[in-house]
Amino acid sequence: MNTKSFKIEDYLFPLIGVAVVILLWAIVSALPGSALPSPYKTWMASKLYILHPFAKRGEMDQGILRFTWYSLVLVAKGYTLALILGTPLGILLGLSPVFEKSFDVIIQILRPVSPLAWLPLGLVLFQKSEPAGIFTIAICSMWPTVLNTAMGVKAVPQDYLNVARVLKLSWLQTLFSIILPAAMPSIFTGFRLSLGIAWLVIVAAEMLTGDPGIGGFLWQEYNSLIYEHIILCIITIGLVGFVLDRFMGLIEARFRTA
Amino acid sequence: MAFIEINQASKGYTTGGSCISVLKDINLSINEGEFVAIVGYSGAGKTTLISLLAGLIRPDTGTVTFADKLVTEPGPERGLVFQNYSLLPWLTVYENVYMAVNQVFKNLTAEEKEAQTKKYIKMVNLLPARDKKPKELSGGMRQRVSVARALAMEPQVLLLDEPLGALDALTRAVLQEEIGKICQEAGKTVILITNDVDEGILLADRIIPLSAGPNATLGPSIAIDIERPRHHKTIEHHPHYKKIKLSILDYLITSHAGQKQLVTHKLHLPNIEPENLNSSTFLDRLLSTRPPKRRNELKEEKVEVHS
Repeated sequence: MNTKSFKIEDYLFPLIGVAVVILLWAIVSALPGSALPSPYKTWMASKLYILHPFAKRGEMDQGILRFTWYSLVLVAKGYTLALILGTPLGILLGLSPVFEKSFDVIIQILRPVSPLAWLPLGLVLFQKSEPAGIFTIAICSMWPTVLNTAMGVKAVPQDYLNVARVLKLSWLQTLFSIILPAAMPSIFTGFRLSLGIAWLVIVAAEMLTGDPGIGGFLWQEYNSLIYEHIILCIITIGLVGFVLDRFMGLIEARFRTA
Repeated sequence: MAFIEINQASKGYTTGGSCISVLKDINLSINEGEFVAIVGYSGAGKTTLISLLAGLIRPDTGTVTFADKLVTEPGPERGLVFQNYSLLPWLTVYENVYMAVNQVFKNLTAEEKEAQTKKYIKMVNLLPARDKKPKELSGGMRQRVSVARALAMEPQVLLLDEPLGALDALTRAVLQEEIGKICQEAGKTVILITNDVDEGILLADRIIPLSAGPNATLGPSIAIDIERPRHHKTIEHHPHYKKIKLSILDYLITSHAGQKQLVTHKLHLPNIEPENLNSSTFLDRLLSTRPPKRRNELKEEKVEVHS
């Protein structure tokens, strides 16, 4: 990775793309009757939040990174729960055709259900907004992990399993020293996709619960008619999601070579 | 009773509705310390045969016995060298071999296991590459790791399933002599499966040809009375070499020519009967409520193929 030569295009072209979009944004916002705040107005209104990213002035008036941090903590909890539940479930699905046949349909039915539908159920079940949010994140983001783990486990080459049989590895040894390492790249692809969804869900969850966090902030500013902050939140959410995905991509690449 | 014995074994596979009998009436008996090569066409069922010996699969009929015990499952006393190496890609050379040692010699101390692992990596001349991953190695090196892993289990018999099949001719020649030397030193019973008659003659005490499939069966065993050590450069000038090679090739070619292959296909015909366009007017057809006719029948055809 370090040996890759520095290419100016790799940095210049994305900047051109960003510049074009900002220009379009400025043009659209300047049209008569447009409700879209201009880039300049957005910057002036958001300056306080960006330049003092960790400031805390009130419950719903905090620096942008402080809000992001609250959201990330909640995502981390829900995502961890998703991995803890999803990985063993995926392994079971991959190992046992009977189990797979029994539960495949129910997984396919639960998978497309929107976070907006899960959250009210979470609120009913847990009575509090934080566990409801965690529940929603976990149940929405676990499916890529489940399905990719199952696929990886199913695709372990017969040759490796033959090695295990010749060596007379026990059931557990075969699982931990043959099947899981062989399925690891696929499992991590699932982890990466799951993290993407977990971050997607957090915003919806916070918008409904109104807890402090990037999504809660967004919804509050919509209600207070400060549209510039909506754009600030959208950009922040996008950037954080991008960084998370790149980060998981790096981890994934490490396992791919292993 | 011989050390390894196969008695009237047969094995078939079912694929997509048609059943193919791969091996039929296989009888084999091998004494302890013998090096036997089984030579046959690719696709004749050589890998099936060695899987039977290894215990990875069970015969449909007949028995496989090893040291007077019925073979029902694989075990480390029958070391198998796979055709495609089957090294675990996430482990280094050392770890691949160590895994086998660790599993088979559970009551050795850690140092003894380490010494055992190193001994066999050294035997195949791979000590400099011990911390490399399989994908960093050439095909020949990978196969040597695979041999080291099998030998490190100290099996009573070594089963080699076309161990050099995926290598280029030059590497192959070098490794053939190397494997011959290693097996000679280890003094083990070895069964080598190969499609290369020369390889068999170079390495084995006797050669058994496997006729062309389906219904492949073992031919008469041919002893190789050429003194060891044998070398590529000199073996072809040995007075017996041509005679042995001819008799094996003769058997194989005759068996192939005599094969008539019966293939059963299942034909899936479109599951629908077209509407009768002549019967009525356009309006009639439009209003007709006759559902599309289905024909749920499966046609079979038998084709005789001269291969």
